[in-house]
Amino acid sequence: MSSATAPAHDNTFGQDDTYLYHHFDDLHQQHESSSLGMWAFLATEVLFFGGVLGAFAIVQTLHAPAMRAASHHLDVLLGAINTGVLLCSSLAMALAVRAAQLRQDRHTVWLLIATIVLGSAFLGIKAYEWIHDYHEELVPGLNFNQERYPGRQILFWSFYFTLTGIHALHMVIGIVIMAIMAVLVWRRWFTGGGATQIEMLGLYWHFVDIVWVFLYPILYLINK
Amino acid sequence: MSSEPHHDAPAQGPDLAGPDTGMAPGTIPTSGHAPGHDEHIHPAPRNPLFRYIFSTDHKVIGIQFLFSGLIFFVVGGLLALAIRWQLAWPWSDLPHLSALWDSSAGQMPPEFYNKLVTMHGTIMIFFVIIPILLGAFGNFLIPLMIGARDMAFPTLNMLSYWFMWPAFVLIVFSFFVPGGASEAGWTGYPPLSTAEWSTPGSLNGQTIWLMALLFAGISSMMGSINYITTVLMLRAPGMTLFRLPMTVWGLFITALLQAFALPVLTSALVMQLLDRVAGTNFFSPTGLSVANGPEEVGGGHPLLWQHLFWFYSHPAVYIMILPAMGIVSDVISTFSRKPLFGYKPMVFAIGAIALLGFIVWGHHMFQSGMNPALGATFMLSTMMIALPSAIKTFNWLGTMWGGSIHFTAAMLNAVAFVAMFVIGGLSGIFMAATPTDIHIHDTYFIVAHIHYVLFGGSSFGIFAALYYWFPKMFGRMMNETLGKIHFALSFVFFNGTFFPMHIVGMHAQPRRYADYTGFELFNNEAVIGLNQLMTVCAIGLGLSQLILVSNFVASLVAGRKAGANPWRANTLEWQTGSPPPHYNFERIPTVYHPAYEYSLPEAESDYLPQTEPRPPRAEPLDHIMA
Repeated sequence: MSSATAPAHDNTFGQDDTYLYHHFDDLHQQHESSSLGMWAFLATEVLFFGGVLGAFAIVQTLHAPAMRAASHHLDVLLGAINTGVLLCSSLAMALAVRAAQLRQDRHTVWLLIATIVLGSAFLGIKAYEWIHDYHEELVPGLNFNQERYPGRQILFWSFYFTLTGIHALHMVIGIVIMAIMAVLVWRRWFTGGGATQIEMLGLYWHFVDIVWVFLYPILYLINK
Repeated sequence: MSSEPHHDAPAQGPDLAGPDTGMAPGTIPTSGHAPGHDEHIHPAPRNPLFRYIFSTDHKVIGIQFLFSGLIFFVVGGLLALAIRWQLAWPWSDLPHLSALWDSSAGQMPPEFYNKLVTMHGTIMIFFVIIPILLGAFGNFLIPLMIGARDMAFPTLNMLSYWFMWPAFVLIVFSFFVPGGASEAGWTGYPPLSTAEWSTPGSLNGQTIWLMALLFAGISSMMGSINYITTVLMLRAPGMTLFRLPMTVWGLFITALLQAFALPVLTSALVMQLLDRVAGTNFFSPTGLSVANGPEEVGGGHPLLWQHLFWFYSHPAVYIMILPAMGIVSDVISTFSRKPLFGYKPMVFAIGAIALLGFIVWGHHMFQSGMNPALGATFMLSTMMIALPSAIKTFNWLGTMWGGSIHFTAAMLNAVAFVAMFVIGGLSGIFMAATPTDIHIHDTYFIVAHIHYVLFGGSSFGIFAALYYWFPKMFGRMMNETLGKIHFALSFVFFNGTFFPMHIVGMHAQPRRYADYTGFELFNNEAVIGLNQLMTVCAIGLGLSQLILVSNFVASLVAGRKAGANPWRANTLEWQTGSPPPHYNFERIPTVYHPAYEYSLPEAESDYLPQTEPRPPRAEPLDHIMA
């Protein structure tokens, strides 16, 4: 149905028909499809992290004393600060989604930038922790000191760097996409204001945030 | 933001303009009109680069997957023939190929045999069966069969094909790195796979193998997200879930399996990759020493890999069979000119197989020292899979019973699927029972089982699909006579190759051994003779595929033109041109009934396309069976 004669939709998400791809009936279907696709992707991500976390749960159960000994070298305070930083970035992201839906382009851009800054702050603190671990000779494959940290403690650090590493990789991807989105919204590239795209990006970012909410207690707190 | 209406589609004639039904979006009109959006049809891209290579059209992507899958089918088949050569005539010169290795005067080095076994399995599973069944037929058929213009995410779909290319390149490249291709088996068990000096293939080949599988996995993940979204969101008006053809059900449930099982393999692959290149210790045991080297620090658990690997790779077995089951259901119903017997039970049986598939992975690990109580649990859950499988077999037989069967090449292959799947399924029960499994574990019996399921099942399913949908894909018919000859030879040689494996397997001939004749038990006329028979049949099986290739190529160029619906079938893909136009349907069809209304007494012809309403006098459909 052409937009001139179409009945008023309630679900246009602030977009007009020029944003409709050829294989969808209407904007509602298009938006729901994007949403379903994103959720399906996040389900695969849950299982991806679930594989490593499940393995870690087994190791944690089998070798609790070594895991406890290793976990003491992590800085709970830095982890807590990072959790707060990441939760704030999620708030900024949620507000960016709302601003995009209301077609407030300037707000959207600034809130995306705020999310990028907070996400980068998280990565900065994380990098500081990693460098500290390196000086403590805790990095398997680089300089792990088996005499200083005997037994199976190396297994804890294998999991720690893998889990935080793939989490950080997800964050870097998210930040890069956010930067691209911010430029595109600023340049008014989206016919529909980018509401759907930024909502999907928001889902991804909240997912990455929630992964950290699981990682922080499992790695930093569970052995205290 | 411009809010004035603007269409970048070229102006369309009034006949193409969509009817304005004036209804709320998403509702299904009761008249024969689809809810519009036909004015958005654009022509196919003119630039051949974007039309045929970097295409976002699901039909082109499907055909790309088909051709690359078939090419790797040849590669995997040749690897298998080299394996069989060594088993029939151990350490004899391999004709023409002895130049590949310069050592030991023409003999195949044992480590090369290990490479053959590993790469045959890897290529056939990850580069042939999954890409052909899901990549080729999934992409080509899903939008056509549900009445959509394209996949929900066309660009993602294109990427899912092009992410296969790094995998293709890496897996072929791995043969040429120092040490050669991986030798750890397609299962990649540590510590063989993680300890660098354990085998020549573990030097570099295993790392490349892991990276290739990671790329293939990302490709499958993209594909499965697309299939799930497309089936759930883009069905034509009237196409309720219980009107979907079985092929779409098979592909849809397979996509769910893939989305929920594959990521676990991805994480395991990442962990093994890190073990190999970054010095982590997930899978290396404490104090492991390889080739008299210093003891590794280790601390990890080799069994952890097995659990993570089989958590994906048992569902992977169903990923390779469920689409074929759907395809065979459609082919059998069409050529029996009868409704599919027990449509809804078939759907629930596929669902049950998929669900049970998640809780049976331990049956691959009965010999790993697992607690017998846990083994009994896995044995029970594995046995339960026989129930839905039996429902499916029973319903295929019920569909054919009393039908007016047309023995086309597609039908013959579909019937062979049913028969061979029964043999493969029954031999599976032997392995599922822990007491029997202790005897036949890692023997040729399991090799026979997996080939009855994956060649007798999946590959005959692929052949059936190829003969059935070739006219739709390329607009021309395949030669039926050549098709039947190809089928007959393949069927005979297939059984000649794989049935004797049951016998030598019960006699305990171990799998994966380059030379079994070193054991007195096997060094006799009977075992060696059977192995030579298998090899002769395998060569025959390989040669018979030349008939398929020549038939395929000749029909592509000079086959008889196929009409829109050469098989007089009901599903939506046959209600548009062959090959279908760029956007599949000139107008999105409306669906009135399930796909299996054959030989309806009240209808004029013996089939009733899904786009035509059932005659008013026809009996209502059975609520449970249809």
